Amino acid sequence: METVVKVNQLTKKFGSFIATNAISFEVKKGEIFGFLGANGAGKTTAMRMLSGLLTPSSGQASVAGFDVSTQAELVKQNIGYMSQKFSLYEDLTIQENIDFYGGVYGLSRQEKKDRSNDIVSKFQLETVIHKLVRTIPLGWKQKLAFALALIHKPKVVFLDEPTGGVDPITRRQFWDLIYEAAHDGVTIFITTHYMDEAEYCDRVSIMVDGLIKALGTPSELKTSFQVDSMDAVFQLLARGTANKI
Amino acid sequence: MPYFNFSPAERQTKYNLMKKFYAFVQKEFYHIFRDTRTMMILFALPIALVIIFGYALNNDFKNIPIGILNQSKDQTSEKLIHRIVGSGYFVVEQTLEKPQDIPKAFKSGKVKLVVFFPSSFQQDLYHAKKAPVQLIADASDINTAINTTSYLSGIIGEFNNENGRENSGGVQLSSRMIFNQRLLSVYLFIPGVIALILLIISALLTSVTLAREKETGTLELLSISPISPYMIIIGKVIPYLILSLLNSFIIILLGIFVFGLPMVGSVALLILACFVYTVASLSLGILISTRVETQQAAMFASLVSLMMPTMLLSGFIFPIESLPLPLQLISNIIPATHFIILIKSIMIKGAGISLIWKPFFILIAMTAVFILVSIQSLKRNK
Amino acid sequence: MRNILVLVRKEFLQIFRNRQLLPFMTVLPVVQVILLTFAANYEIKNLRLGIWDLDQSASSSQLVHKFTGANFFQATDLIDNQKKADDLLMQDAIDLVLVIPKDFEKNSKLQNSPPAVQFQINALNNSKAGIVQNYANAITQDFMSELRGNANVIGSAKIIPVTNFWYNPTLNYKTIMLPGIVAEVMTLIIILICALNVVREREIGTIEQLNVTPLKKHEFILGKLIPFWFIGHFIFWAGIALGRLIFHIPMVGSLGLLELFLAIFLFVPLGIGLFISTAVETQQQALFTSFFFIILFILMCGLFTPVETMPDWAQWVNQLNPLKYFVEVNRLILLKGSGFAEIYPFILKMFVYGIGINALAIWRFKKTS
Repeated sequence: METVVKVNQLTKKFGSFIATNAISFEVKKGEIFGFLGANGAGKTTAMRMLSGLLTPSSGQASVAGFDVSTQAELVKQNIGYMSQKFSLYEDLTIQENIDFYGGVYGLSRQEKKDRSNDIVSKFQLETVIHKLVRTIPLGWKQKLAFALALIHKPKVVFLDEPTGGVDPITRRQFWDLIYEAAHDGVTIFITTHYMDEAEYCDRVSIMVDGLIKALGTPSELKTSFQVDSMDAVFQLLARGTANKI
Repeated sequence: MPYFNFSPAERQTKYNLMKKFYAFVQKEFYHIFRDTRTMMILFALPIALVIIFGYALNNDFKNIPIGILNQSKDQTSEKLIHRIVGSGYFVVEQTLEKPQDIPKAFKSGKVKLVVFFPSSFQQDLYHAKKAPVQLIADASDINTAINTTSYLSGIIGEFNNENGRENSGGVQLSSRMIFNQRLLSVYLFIPGVIALILLIISALLTSVTLAREKETGTLELLSISPISPYMIIIGKVIPYLILSLLNSFIIILLGIFVFGLPMVGSVALLILACFVYTVASLSLGILISTRVETQQAAMFASLVSLMMPTMLLSGFIFPIESLPLPLQLISNIIPATHFIILIKSIMIKGAGISLIWKPFFILIAMTAVFILVSIQSLKRNK
Repeated sequence: MRNILVLVRKEFLQIFRNRQLLPFMTVLPVVQVILLTFAANYEIKNLRLGIWDLDQSASSSQLVHKFTGANFFQATDLIDNQKKADDLLMQDAIDLVLVIPKDFEKNSKLQNSPPAVQFQINALNNSKAGIVQNYANAITQDFMSELRGNANVIGSAKIIPVTNFWYNPTLNYKTIMLPGIVAEVMTLIIILICALNVVREREIGTIEQLNVTPLKKHEFILGKLIPFWFIGHFIFWAGIALGRLIFHIPMVGSLGLLELFLAIFLFVPLGIGLFISTAVETQQQALFTSFFFIILFILMCGLFTPVETMPDWAQWVNQLNPLKYFVEVNRLILLKGSGFAEIYPFILKMFVYGIGINALAIWRFKKTS
């Protein structure tokens, strides 16, 4: 299976503060890769570098075959991104949002129509397609944002804390979507601080203070740390840091 | 307050309420003072504006560029021209050769007026005893046109008297400029600038704050709490009251020490005026914020609806007497109008309370109206 | 290019759907322009005159008559002591106190002791006071000439000033104020909406969402500038059209030329708004910063106070005031009928200014967003 994300000694410094400290890992096609860590651990910085939003201070990374430092534009064309805030336009309708992102990703009119129909039928949005995004429930917004991240059928999609603020059932439904996408060959790169979601990933990495302190499948990590939940793994790693301070 | 009529339980509730209120005000303070960039803007901005406008805004009559078209070129016209230049009001920017040059001179904007001595000037003077000289003014700038022709007519009049055949004398004219001996522009503009800046800043501050809470949903939290809408509004106004009051003192001091605005009247009255005006302005902001749903709308509404009307209708630039009647009515509901009267009366004229109770009263009444309407809106939204 | 269209379409959808904001961008400015044009005038008339006639003679009455007959002054009070004069002045109830001394009539007939007429002028408004003084001087001197003229047969030669007001013979303030006020209101709104809008998108995160797409930064910016550019056009022409309809403002020159200037001019306030959005963190800061520039531009543009009397440094800074140019262009085209030859320097300046400020804003935008 091809490697879709390749990261080597990726570093980002802000002045003297090292946000991401020479991290290295690889992600294969179709994998659901969880990027865990406390707030401020460096995972958001790493993800922003991988999505072409931030230039690395040193090190290399390639996403979907393109170098993030030198070919950022090509990277952007081949990835999807869903941020914490969903970033849908609240004052536009669902259809208008679909049209907009379709246009922005350069889909032809036919492609746009097809994808739009796909999304509408899949999420059963027929009745609300002309409603303002502001008026639909949070769970629907979340799913819509995910769908829009995939509208141009990218190879990799980055999800930055996508499940904040929704109820467990909706979260579960969202993960169904993620599995589906992964099944179709999309590589999912997801950051979260919900440790139970870590269990759903194929592999996870845990960042602490800019360094990757753990990397592997959830069961591997649980075994090696001799605990029975990802939450416990994280606590151990995080406490380790606390002791240092 | 009939404190003694309350049961211990009631007293406790009221005490708790006061504590909650105090916490609420504290939160507002932190919110504001932690935002250092905004604080910098809030204080630096008025100071910068007052200084810039104090020096730049003036309607002194000087340096008026004029053109001379002298087809007569005789002694008298040359003397008169000399006189005109000597008055110090005018600067001869262009000497024109023929009347056809005038449109070009005006279009280039180089001169505001052309003094045109026709070729028959000398003859008219000696034979007909009446020599017209044309003052051709570019009336696209009406003020300058009127002032220029007015001053020039005055100079010509004086010139006539001095060169009169019989002894001049006639009359001795003296003018006493009351309140503003040296005819300083700052007396006219600085009070207006101060009023304008204070009003807009205060209104902007409070209009944003309620709208922001509406947007982020925290207003609902407040509505559920036992704090009444009165308290909410007052709680929001207090930190800004202190901010704006401070601002008003700073810029008034600027006006006095940098620009020489006099301080003839009572300091206590002035402070009271600032206080009343600040409260009125803040309440206006609150009123605006209760009528809109989003922060963006609040910002837009306050700046766009207050800026130009206050500038033009408050007596700052255009005297209120010159306004058509319906606009004079509008002028009266702008807080700045009354504050300008108060500043001028207290600082420049040294008026006492007996003379200026009216603007005070109006400002207080305005505040009451603004707050009442705001509370109504808040209640309705609840 | 397509991307820009997509963005512009989205922007217009959002603008027209924003029920809260739309009236403030369209109806309110136009209403304001109309109302405020009625306000704008410095006409000095109905000056209130207080008469302190210590002579009570036929001549002094005639002098008073000349004051009130001139239509500038209205006799409102008779004064017989200084306190009364002081009180009236203090109350702002009077503009001029005319003090005619005792023996006015007697002395005016003699050669060696001219009567001393005094004017006590309410000088709170220094410009008004200057005018009052001029009028008072002129009226009194005229009167004295007439008085002596009656007694003296040999008149002296007199130079007669004949005033001739060009471009605006009726001295109609509305004519020159309206286009200026329209330009000011338009600029105010454009700077504000541009600054607030972009900062808002940054605050809610939609800019970041666009950053990960293939959309280029300059496409995003054009997608913002273009819709607001149209709005600026709407406000300006709606204002001018109403000005024509209601106030019959002259339109001597070419409207096409004015449109050309407007089209290029608009990029300056747009650029300024954009620049402000890159320099602040919150919408509130954007608001205050915009206010700062707007009030500077409006008060120093030469519509209310003359630019020539500003100190040198202020005139120098004023070179950066886009409104200063617009006010001038308005007068040149609408009132004086200037053509391309006179206007193109202005267009050029705005072009350079527009490119400069937008380049700066785009550069900063790339760094901060």
